[in-house]
Amino acid sequence: MENHVLIRIDGLVKRFPMGQGEFTALRDISLTIGRGEFTGLVGPSGSGKTTLLNIVGSLDVPTEGAVVVDGRSVGRLSTREAAQLRKERLGFIFQSYNLLAVHTVYENVEFPLLLLKIPAEERRRMVMDALEWVGLVPKVKSKPPQLSGGECQRVAIARAMVKKPSLVLADEPTANLDAANSHHILQTMEKLNRELGTTFLFATHDDKVISYLRRKIYLLDGRVDKDEIIVVSKTESL
Amino acid sequence: MPILVVTLGVMLTVFLHAYVVGFMGDTIEMNARFNNGHVKLMTRAYAANMDQSPNDLALLGVDSLMAHLNREYPGIAWSPRIRFGGLVDAPDENGETKAQGTALGMGIDLLTPGTPEPLRLNLEKSLVRGHMPQQNGEVLLSETFSQKLKVSPGDQVTLIGSTMEGGMAMVNFIVAGTLSFGVEIMDRGTILADLTDVQSALQMPDGASEINGYFHSGFYDDEQATSLAATFNDALKENPDEFAPLLMPLRQQGGMGTYVTMIDTWSGYISLVFILAMSLVLWNAGLLGGLRRYGEVGVRLAMGEEKTHVYGTMIVESVFIGLVGSVIGTALGLAFSWILQEYGINISGMMKGASVMFPDKIRARITPQDFYLGFIPGLFSTVLGTLLSGVGIFKRQTARLFKELEA
Repeated sequence: MENHVLIRIDGLVKRFPMGQGEFTALRDISLTIGRGEFTGLVGPSGSGKTTLLNIVGSLDVPTEGAVVVDGRSVGRLSTREAAQLRKERLGFIFQSYNLLAVHTVYENVEFPLLLLKIPAEERRRMVMDALEWVGLVPKVKSKPPQLSGGECQRVAIARAMVKKPSLVLADEPTANLDAANSHHILQTMEKLNRELGTTFLFATHDDKVISYLRRKIYLLDGRVDKDEIIVVSKTESL
Repeated sequence: MPILVVTLGVMLTVFLHAYVVGFMGDTIEMNARFNNGHVKLMTRAYAANMDQSPNDLALLGVDSLMAHLNREYPGIAWSPRIRFGGLVDAPDENGETKAQGTALGMGIDLLTPGTPEPLRLNLEKSLVRGHMPQQNGEVLLSETFSQKLKVSPGDQVTLIGSTMEGGMAMVNFIVAGTLSFGVEIMDRGTILADLTDVQSALQMPDGASEINGYFHSGFYDDEQATSLAATFNDALKENPDEFAPLLMPLRQQGGMGTYVTMIDTWSGYISLVFILAMSLVLWNAGLLGGLRRYGEVGVRLAMGEEKTHVYGTMIVESVFIGLVGSVIGTALGLAFSWILQEYGINISGMMKGASVMFPDKIRARITPQDFYLGFIPGLFSTVLGTLLSGVGIFKRQTARLFKELEA
């Protein structure tokens, strides 16, 4: 059972210093997220979505409580160990793509593998696989300024997925895209989730994203307001 | 792109340094060519009164001295000269005096085939009328002086002066051409004749006021000249003869020492200001390069790259960019400087008939500093800029990355 749990959050509290006092961003959050889930943290601005995503992504630490991601307790990791966790197990997709403009599509996708010191031949195979997943093999030599917004976000997805991480964290991934591109991106991510079994955790308040989620964790004022699991029939999921 | 920026900056630094050194040094070279030489050989007695050009104290046995100098110092071109003063008389068609004027004269080698003196003094290009002397008995006059004497090329003039022994000298010459010197005192009354004619006229066979030495590089090297003179004079220090030869570097002649120091200082200041300016530009480029990569750094940190690794790779990159840019920039700067040193920019069109005293070409001068000073802005400043901008990496809070990367 524990093996199926990718993220376990127990009594999480996050407070930030503010002026003379403190601001509580997350209050007593307890959750488990299983492997292969396609889950979203849903809520208005200031509800704590990004703060929770930061802590799960080992970019920040809890003030109280425990957050265990893929068997590692985030609050107890050193800076180096946290970086190691992100490098090996996590993928990130940002609202603004954040591709390296002077590098080609291939080089952007290859970058996480360079950090992992994967041999060149294997690296090449993995990059080409990732580009095939997102349908960008023909653009392999293009540079980000030559791509559309949708294509850029697909490169970002390939970059996040290329090392086959346990978990992909996506913060408002469609915020800069039109409806058609948003659906295309979400379908791509859904397909990767289904075919590769990668867990996706979104932070969003975009209805388009919400409509694709199979689990919606509603946050309000730093608390879990509602945790809704959408039952998908086998036919639908196919 | 960053390599291109560094290359351009370094190239400009090297080129402009060589240009400034060359340009500032031109004034020294003009003095050296016309008057002082890079080093000057005289008798001790002549050197003590050199302002008066006392030919009774001149060097004798110049042929054997020249042979000795050419043998012992092959890196220097030696040219004997005689300086003299006198009265130039211009007769009318009846042989009566038409006009007279006092003259400052110089006897130089004008007639030996391949003599470097006319080129050294830029005589041919400074001719206003007539032609260069082609045989003994022909002289050049300053244009103003020729007008004062009412003579033209082909006319006869008589030089009245004193011989080396103090007797009266009176010799006829034919005016071959006239020159513009561009300096009032010289234009007022200068006569140039071949050395052998002057030796004959002033009865100083095998004699010369001085023997000027010029480095083959074409540039005055103060350290080399001073050291050469010290060695030469040391070898003769036990000789009590006041007519023993004395070698004097340009720096020790008249006020040239102050001038050489001033030129060195000013070219140093100008170069320093330019290097500092270029250092600021490239330091800024390094700084901006680091700041421009703010987003990239954020992504790399989010993806799990350690801060020290990000900082390290940025520094390694800037060292690489600085080194490659500095090497290419220095090579290009030296190449352009070499072209300007060898061929110069011909400004004779702007200075038509200007003067002997002004060079008709602007030249750069490559010095040993040009081989390394480009690395100050190219490598040091670029890396410093990156080092400073990169410190920001350690101040980044990973907890803020999602927010920062949303922009």
